[in-house]
Amino acid sequence: MNSSYIFSLILVIILCVVAYMGGNAEGLRLVFGVMIPYLAVFLFVLGFLRKVLGWAKSPVPFSIASTCGQQKSMPWVEQNKLDNPSTTFGVIIRMFLEIVCFRSLFRNTRMRFHKSTDGVKIAYDWEIFLWAGALAFHYAFLVVLLRHLRFFFQPVPWCIQVIEFFDGFFKMEFVGEVIDIGTLQIGLPGVFVSGLILLAAVIFLCLRRLMSPKVRYISLASDYFPLFVILGIAVTGIVMRYFAKIDIVGVKAYTMGLVMFKGTLPPENVGGIFYIHLFLVCVLLACFPFSKLMHMGGIFLSPTRNMTGNTREVRHVNPWNYPVKTHTYEEYEDDYRDKMIGVGLPVDKKE
Amino acid sequence: MNDKKLIIIGLLIFFGVCSSVCWYNWLSAAEKGAPEPLLSEKAKAAGYCVVPKDKMKAEHMKILDQWREHVVRTGKREYVIPETGRTFNMSLSTGEDSCMGCHSNKSEFCDRCHDYASVKPYCWDCHLEPKEKE
Amino acid sequence: MSDLPDADEFIKIDHSTPSTGWMDTPAKIRPGMYCYASNYRSVEALGLPNARRWNPLDDDWQIPDNWQQIFLEGLQERLDKFRSLKIFMDICVRCGACADKCHYFIGTGDPKNMPVLRAELLRSVYRNDFTTAGKIFGKLAGARPLTLEVLKEIWYYLFQCSMCRRCSVFCPYGIDTAEITLLGRELMNLLGLNIDWIATPIANCYQTGNHLGIQPHAFKDMLDFFVEDIEEITGVNCEPQYNKKGADILFLTPSGDVFADPGTYTAMGYLILFQFLKEKYGLDVTWSTYASEGGNFGFFTSHEVMKRLNAKMYAEAKRLGVKWILGGECGHMWRVIHQYMDTMNGPADFMEVPVNPVTGTVFENASSTKLVHIAEFTADLIKNNKLDLDPSRNDNLSVTFHDSCNPSRGMGMLDEPRYVIQNVCNNFYDMPPSTIRENTFCCGSGAGLNAGEDMELRMAGGLPRANAVKHVHEKHGVNMLACICAVDRAALPDLMDYWVPGVDVIGLHELVGNAIVLPGEQERTMDLRMEPLPGMEDEADE
Repeated sequence: MNSSYIFSLILVIILCVVAYMGGNAEGLRLVFGVMIPYLAVFLFVLGFLRKVLGWAKSPVPFSIASTCGQQKSMPWVEQNKLDNPSTTFGVIIRMFLEIVCFRSLFRNTRMRFHKSTDGVKIAYDWEIFLWAGALAFHYAFLVVLLRHLRFFFQPVPWCIQVIEFFDGFFKMEFVGEVIDIGTLQIGLPGVFVSGLILLAAVIFLCLRRLMSPKVRYISLASDYFPLFVILGIAVTGIVMRYFAKIDIVGVKAYTMGLVMFKGTLPPENVGGIFYIHLFLVCVLLACFPFSKLMHMGGIFLSPTRNMTGNTREVRHVNPWNYPVKTHTYEEYEDDYRDKMIGVGLPVDKKE
Repeated sequence: MNDKKLIIIGLLIFFGVCSSVCWYNWLSAAEKGAPEPLLSEKAKAAGYCVVPKDKMKAEHMKILDQWREHVVRTGKREYVIPETGRTFNMSLSTGEDSCMGCHSNKSEFCDRCHDYASVKPYCWDCHLEPKEKE
Repeated sequence: MSDLPDADEFIKIDHSTPSTGWMDTPAKIRPGMYCYASNYRSVEALGLPNARRWNPLDDDWQIPDNWQQIFLEGLQERLDKFRSLKIFMDICVRCGACADKCHYFIGTGDPKNMPVLRAELLRSVYRNDFTTAGKIFGKLAGARPLTLEVLKEIWYYLFQCSMCRRCSVFCPYGIDTAEITLLGRELMNLLGLNIDWIATPIANCYQTGNHLGIQPHAFKDMLDFFVEDIEEITGVNCEPQYNKKGADILFLTPSGDVFADPGTYTAMGYLILFQFLKEKYGLDVTWSTYASEGGNFGFFTSHEVMKRLNAKMYAEAKRLGVKWILGGECGHMWRVIHQYMDTMNGPADFMEVPVNPVTGTVFENASSTKLVHIAEFTADLIKNNKLDLDPSRNDNLSVTFHDSCNPSRGMGMLDEPRYVIQNVCNNFYDMPPSTIRENTFCCGSGAGLNAGEDMELRMAGGLPRANAVKHVHEKHGVNMLACICAVDRAALPDLMDYWVPGVDVIGLHELVGNAIVLPGEQERTMDLRMEPLPGMEDEADE
């Protein structure tokens, strides 16, 4: 019925095949290993800056904070300083909670019709799963991203090592059937929780989009596409870390070559999975500024959240405010003077 | 307008963070290329390891983990190299016929790459670090 | 209402989604769900574009041949003027958090009433003509060209949104459908596609000063009528002042309060309060016949019309030379005052920072606009023990409070009215938390949709509110729904009759008017509706 996810799925599969074949073709290593990554980063950074500057170009003519709590009023009325801030500090806290804790999403409810003998009761139950899934997804992604910086910094900064330490804190290990060497072994290198959470969260968000009729109905191909791309990135990453292991030192030599603009190629025999991983990351970066992923920048600029609610106290200035035609009192009195005098209403001009 | 300034500052931070991979490395003096693990004279002389070099690069941790499991569970320490039929003692650091028996120079053989890739194996939480000769 | 199904039948709402995608499911404009087209005379009166007779049910809406150009250029202009629109067009991730937050979706089950889809209707056009991804990937990126069918669909659903902002509370990015609806309606107005329930009130308001077109002499007559009634009930003459130069305070309230029950009783409450304060403390309040409208249906039309109508408030305050302005109970009036008025028509530096002359309280939160809400004013009076109140006169009432959307989510006035209610009546029960305060549900008739011809839409949209009232009606025996909004007072009685018979609607200051003990009043036997007070059933009959 809604084929948009099939299209996105097919597209991502095609991208994977292209990357796999391209990475294995001798002459294309330069294209897939160096040129496309540079192009993707270029598009990401410039596209992002261009988009945000485009937003900034339009003014905020009115102060339209969504007031989600008690206003500042008389001193004995307790103000909700978080949800209806009247100071810049309050706005900063509100924005911080919004960006860091997804506070508005935390409020999410689910509407249900309960039918009983008394009739129908509409209930609004707290619904935590979207918030939890989104939070898990974004933080896992952030940690995965930060961990990958070990490939881009030499020496590896202390803070990234701390993240790795905590990410690998649980030291999960599994070795099965060791009689034949080559059976399942997990635990060395150490398991990072973030990757698994990311995979689980992406799968949850995909399933939610596919299974919830309402969400499926509103979903576009461009909603499934980034999810499938990220799913592909997570799966290939996990495969390379735990199963089809690759030469990490060789990869770092390659990534350091990228950031030092040396144009180093990826190690030979690094494998097609690596190219899929890399290419999907490039696709994600390149699409970022042209897609809904720009919510990352937009959340900072949303006028309903980043403004104070004290608009009766502090005047907001609209840069394009222009004079308009009004019906003045003089015109009004001219229209109704006799009638006004007739009932004894005061008038400015007697004639 | 005041908020344009804030947006520009925000974008500068964004750009700074994105470009940190460049300027951090330009500013730091460390060698950026991949280090080569240094082979000891004994290893050089042997000319081979338990598995070929490329596979060893990617999978040595897996082999070590499986060996440990095998030794601890079965008590048998004998490993036969499939290609040559030669037997080998499954041990990290005990005896001449162990890993460290050949690669006795931990700091030049193990640590170089581990440091480069920010990997912290826990081998030496239990095993004694071999005393290096030089 | 005769066309409406029985409430038990109505509530079998189908929330399932159609088998075809929303872009491939054309909107069917259905009687009962839309409001009649704007009268060309009203459109002309304000000099708005394309005044003509038209009917939404006709195939030909008689819009200019270059309507696409007008629409898209209008959209471009608004993108350049409103950062909110740009951002809201770009960053929605379609997470679906807003979907079941809209009262129109809950009540109709129509997926295009999910806030996200309502916005997508416009967003799809935006993507098609203004974004790289939309231009390249078309439908896959959620873009579609602006056809006549699309235009009609956008129109239909823009007028099934009451701009209540409930979705905006739950949106992780604060995307405000009200902003999109307002700007979308601006685009519609460029083509002359307004509804008459908005077009005629704004034309009236422009000419006579109020939505109902009440001319000055008639305005006075109507208040005189209340004065007579109050005198009969209390024995005290509460004659107000009109257009008085040099008065301390200008009082503005929606004209609905002088026109129709039960708003009229609220107006009587104001008169009693002002009389009390005049007698006891010498309060000098004037009403205005020129600025005789607190509400502003311009807000449902365009920013420009909003400004044109709103300008009268400051103009009249300046002409009369008052110190500050007191505003009556109205919903969207306060959204306009809170978010737009000072920016559009200020600075109001010809007035003083509002000080309650009775208590000395400085209303710092209104120090720039110089407009104080009467609930804030009355709450301050009660807090300072300045009113003589007999709450037992409201003992026959078991009251709950409906937070109007606009004072809640466009201002944040939540506790002041509750404080007042709890001091003027003894039986107060709040509705469940997910249906009040910032989570409040719309009456279903806001943003100009409280016409007669769209009764099905109104009853559907009001269902979540009515259902919550039903809950406290059954649990606590609530028989009175208090509110601080004139549209509520006009819309909720129909809603209650349909969904929760046995619950009536009352303005906050009707409760206050009942409870105030005026100096020199006779023993009251009747409330402001001239129904017997509790314990006075026998006396009232005589």
